[in-house]
Amino acid sequence: MTVSYARKPQLVCPAGSLRALQLAVNAGADAVYMGLKDATNARNFAGLNFDLEQAREGVAHAHAKGAQVLMALNTFARAQEPERWWRAVDLAVEMGADALICADTAVMAYACREHPQLRLHLSVQASATSYEAIEFYREHYGIQRAVLPRVLMLSHVGHVLRNSSVEIEVFGFGSLCVMVEGRCALSSYVTGQSPNNAGVCSPPSAVRWVDKAGAVQVRLGEVLIDEFGPTEPRGYPTLCKGRFAVDGVRDYALEDPTSLNSMALLPELMAMGIAAIKIEGRQRSAAYVEQVTRVWRAAIDACFAAGNGQGGRFAVQPQWAATLAEHAEGQQVTLGAYSRPWR
Amino acid sequence: MHERMALTIGPLQYHWSRNDVTAFYASMADSAADCLVLGEVVCARRRELKLADWLALAGELRQAGKEVVLATQTLIESEADLRLLRSQAEQHEFLVEANDASALQLLQGRPFVLSPHINIYNQSALQQHAALGATRWVPPLELDLATVALINPPSAPVCNPQGQAVETEVFAFGRMPLAFSARCFTARHHHLNKDECQYRCLDDPDGLVLRSTEGQDFLVLNGTQTQSAGIHCLLGQAPALGAAGVQRLRLSPCSRSFAEVVYQFEQVFNQGQDAESGLDALHALHLPGPLVNGYALNQAGMAWQD
Repeated sequence: MTVSYARKPQLVCPAGSLRALQLAVNAGADAVYMGLKDATNARNFAGLNFDLEQAREGVAHAHAKGAQVLMALNTFARAQEPERWWRAVDLAVEMGADALICADTAVMAYACREHPQLRLHLSVQASATSYEAIEFYREHYGIQRAVLPRVLMLSHVGHVLRNSSVEIEVFGFGSLCVMVEGRCALSSYVTGQSPNNAGVCSPPSAVRWVDKAGAVQVRLGEVLIDEFGPTEPRGYPTLCKGRFAVDGVRDYALEDPTSLNSMALLPELMAMGIAAIKIEGRQRSAAYVEQVTRVWRAAIDACFAAGNGQGGRFAVQPQWAATLAEHAEGQQVTLGAYSRPWR
Repeated sequence: MHERMALTIGPLQYHWSRNDVTAFYASMADSAADCLVLGEVVCARRRELKLADWLALAGELRQAGKEVVLATQTLIESEADLRLLRSQAEQHEFLVEANDASALQLLQGRPFVLSPHINIYNQSALQQHAALGATRWVPPLELDLATVALINPPSAPVCNPQGQAVETEVFAFGRMPLAFSARCFTARHHHLNKDECQYRCLDDPDGLVLRSTEGQDFLVLNGTQTQSAGIHCLLGQAPALGAAGVQRLRLSPCSRSFAEVVYQFEQVFNQGQDAESGLDALHALHLPGPLVNGYALNQAGMAWQD
């Protein structure tokens, strides 16, 4: 039986640098997303992101290969200097970005007013989990695509999609936020800096590794996030993935250090009519971007072909799974909220 | 004459039995509180009180002379969630507080309240929401008071289309709701699935404390919500609150000594008592966690400054 998918979802890949952008495009990304070198985007890390010249070069490379460039302007404009965010919208237009990914109604209002032709995508940081929320942003700011938070299960994704008139993008692979994006202040509670107010979560400047009698303690600010034995693998102290005690039981109380991998759900996602699949990881290496892009390109193509009766039933190839597992946090992957094993 | 600092009792974040909820609001009816925000904001599975019960309670509190606001659910996922939201939006007896953009979509065009979970970080965003009809703004928890003043300046407040100035209400007491998830962390702790959670959160009237390995009280698990273990407390910030144009304070319920907390805020902000003796009184109450105030002062939220 063939299912004949109405559309082939775009593969949207992360670009934390010009090199990563070029490798993603060459490996088959339909679109790449990137941000500027400041707090206007949610991966505001030293050594990452683009200045205008690099952005222009990236756009030229992508467009020459038929790929799009989306600019992430997905933090909330600081009350003290909103002009920095307005300027970033102007830059998106100047560099020739194909769309702006945004979360702040102030940014959307500015873009609508000053650059009505600029295509807007609603960032996952806008926390839109229902079709009514998405409709709010469409009606007021004309958004043409919404990226869904990583907390919805597959049936909810389908329900949103059936009731929305804009394109829907979901996360396919990468680090997992267990909290609703745009609604988490855990990081600023400890460090003063959060994704919403500074474009960072658990910022490196607040992390300290301390050797202590064979073990290694890792602190974020003054809080002990985790403690690793001499032979235990050490993960980055993203605070929701630390080990804490509840009722005297020490465990990963909020989330295990695993990555999302929804590749096995591609047939369902395509049947729903998902417009785009996003790979997380602008902070990751260019090699990660290249390899993960290549594997997802192959999987999306194979799944689409299978839907059209070519090449047999879609199955995740063992070598794809192996590549993704290599790049996953703690070498573990999960279907995350899509399947809700914890439901 | 000095204008009254209105006291709002924020929505109950915890899962309390119906009897406990009723007793709590009966005590609040006799308190100095001006306004109460009612409704289940955390988890759709918590049904000790249904909308009709909340509305009945709202009617009684209004009879007792209180203003009542109905709060919407913070995370909207299912069609059932949207149905409840529509029922709240369709009644016009009480003001509604929007906790997400689905609520904004259904409430626009009439007066409503912006909860701290609507991301307003600059004046233009507040203007966008005032244009929809917002009349009251509770800033995001992580915003400091100086920034709050910049966004809604007391000298030139943001106005809605009727020319009415948007009031600023600041979260001034209680454990802070820092994060929301679809996942239930209380059920996870008890090795239960969310759909068969046995409502174990009923056992934790102030949530379940999460400690660092070295024993520091850090966060609180409250079902799908994660709170600060520290109790945000702005009892000592009267001058800064006044300077920021704050007209209302939000006090978030806890299971013990809450009536005494409301009394102390009333004494300090409206009856001329000094903040120091108010803070001494709070420290003597055996509250569920340490006091913090960092966010108000542009520091980490868990910091405390005298």
